[in-house]
Amino acid sequence: MQSLYVLFGLNKHESLLNQYGDYWSQLAHGDLGISFSNFPTPVTTILEQSLPWTIALAGCATIISFTVGTLLGVVAGWRRGSRLDFLLPVTTFVSSIPAFWLGILAVAVILALGWNVPVSEGYDPGVVPGWNLQFIGNAIDHSWLPLCMLVATSVSGWILSMRNMMVTVGSEDYITVAQAKGLSERRVMFGYAARNALLPNVSGLSLALGQIIGSTILVEIVFSYPGVGFEMLQAVGGTDYPLMQGIFLVITLAVLLANLLADIAYLILDPRTRKEG
Amino acid sequence: MDRPLQPLGAQQHTAPGPSAKHWFGTTHLGQDLLSQVLVGTSSVMYVGLLAGVVATVLAVLIGVSSGYLSGLSAESLSAVSNVFLVIPALLLIIIITSSMPAADSGDTLVALVIGLTSWAWNARVLRAQTLSLRRRDFIEASRATGESTWRIILFELLPNLSAVIVSGFIGTVVYAIMTEITLAFIGVPGISAWNWGTILYWAQSEQALAQGAWWWFVPAGLAIALLGTSLALINFGIDEFVNPRLRNNDGSTRRLRGPDGRPVRMRVGFTPVVFRQSEEPDRTDGSVQDGSVQAGSVQTEDPVQAEDPAKADGPATSEEGNR
Repeated sequence: MQSLYVLFGLNKHESLLNQYGDYWSQLAHGDLGISFSNFPTPVTTILEQSLPWTIALAGCATIISFTVGTLLGVVAGWRRGSRLDFLLPVTTFVSSIPAFWLGILAVAVILALGWNVPVSEGYDPGVVPGWNLQFIGNAIDHSWLPLCMLVATSVSGWILSMRNMMVTVGSEDYITVAQAKGLSERRVMFGYAARNALLPNVSGLSLALGQIIGSTILVEIVFSYPGVGFEMLQAVGGTDYPLMQGIFLVITLAVLLANLLADIAYLILDPRTRKEG
Repeated sequence: MDRPLQPLGAQQHTAPGPSAKHWFGTTHLGQDLLSQVLVGTSSVMYVGLLAGVVATVLAVLIGVSSGYLSGLSAESLSAVSNVFLVIPALLLIIIITSSMPAADSGDTLVALVIGLTSWAWNARVLRAQTLSLRRRDFIEASRATGESTWRIILFELLPNLSAVIVSGFIGTVVYAIMTEITLAFIGVPGISAWNWGTILYWAQSEQALAQGAWWWFVPAGLAIALLGTSLALINFGIDEFVNPRLRNNDGSTRRLRGPDGRPVRMRVGFTPVVFRQSEEPDRTDGSVQDGSVQAGSVQTEDPVQAEDPAKADGPATSEEGNR
């Protein structure tokens, strides 16, 4: 028992500042401590196993919902007043539904209809994780349902902001000029209006990442998906502070990195933000 | 199912469904779900509104002062809000609430935690709006007449920011409600009061799905979705109020006819915003672009485009073609 205390570092009664210093020096060596609840496993090992799942799920969900939402928003903003306007209340309603509840409902419907769709875990128990076709196919089989839930609940924000920007951009002079030149409707829509309306959505992308991580965590919990969200639930249940700390740190770093990428994309798209010379 | 006797006593309907007596049905213990949803509403609204107020006050304080003031303090305030913007708030809230002692945590504490971590987005929007307002003539004029900074902020700036503040407030309320429900659903120990998420938590952990007891989780989920939608619709209304270009004229535009009697097709570039006299005072000076305002790049043109509806029919191409 005493040795466990020593191992977890709970025996030393040092000042907070000292503990904090120790934390940093351990961090510099890539050591996030040992998980309380999965005893001998270090936190880094758990993260190594679970992080790729979360990043793949959240990343795919972000890219798909951004692309689909932006395209729908372009069309909805361009053909304002047409039947496409019904998209707005519908997607607003869907996006107000928490993703995890939608997930529960989907599982219920699938179980009731008796479809053969895997609704939990990331892969079948018999499959060995690795970079082979069998495993990847299996993982996709297990992942598309959570992915759909995430996309369904996050797409409306993109549709709405893109539509609003399209409406605002649509009354600019250069659109009138483009139409006056007799360019095709399609060309004006995508080449002139959408290109200019896209910028705020791209900058919104970097800010939405934190939120997407949040709903990914919940969807993972509903589907028992082997990502960090599921680990987080275990950690909260077992008051596993080293694991919670580690997850928080790594997720924050991941979001920061994604932010950097989005900012670089913005820099490429908008020449005005580049410094001259 | 085929066997006549099952070891655990085959109770097909442990949780009775909706009936005249229990509109939403009951749980497996016979607890009435309608009253659970009703009681849960008060906690949800309390946490949502309190967190919204806390976050909005912080956002106004930090956003407006970092936008209006200049120098090191403004820069550091803006840096702080950027840091809070990037932190995955839900994870942070889960960690904080799960390390709170269960005894002294209640709705108020949860609301404070949510409010203190979710102000950054609004602060950023307000800062961008303030930056665009502070070089306007009317602000310069009041500065020139020697009004104190606080008077300018309180009486000149804030009234012009009111729509942004209100829409930010509503957005935060939606966010706080979702967060509280999420926390209760995960079963974070800090959440002790009854709310919609607690219903979902019990439905999940008592295998409501496997029993086919859909009434256990459907009403709570629909309540969440309805509340979220209605708050979002209020926000759309405010958006259209602030940015008149987004107005749809109640669909009446579809019946507008051109000079030749043909129906006018709505077309971008010839947006016929029907310009009633009574709407004119509605204009606010800044055109808010749905929260995604870029700091420092907010344009100042008058957002209202008064165009003759009749003009909307004439395609510009034919006019140009004549030349």
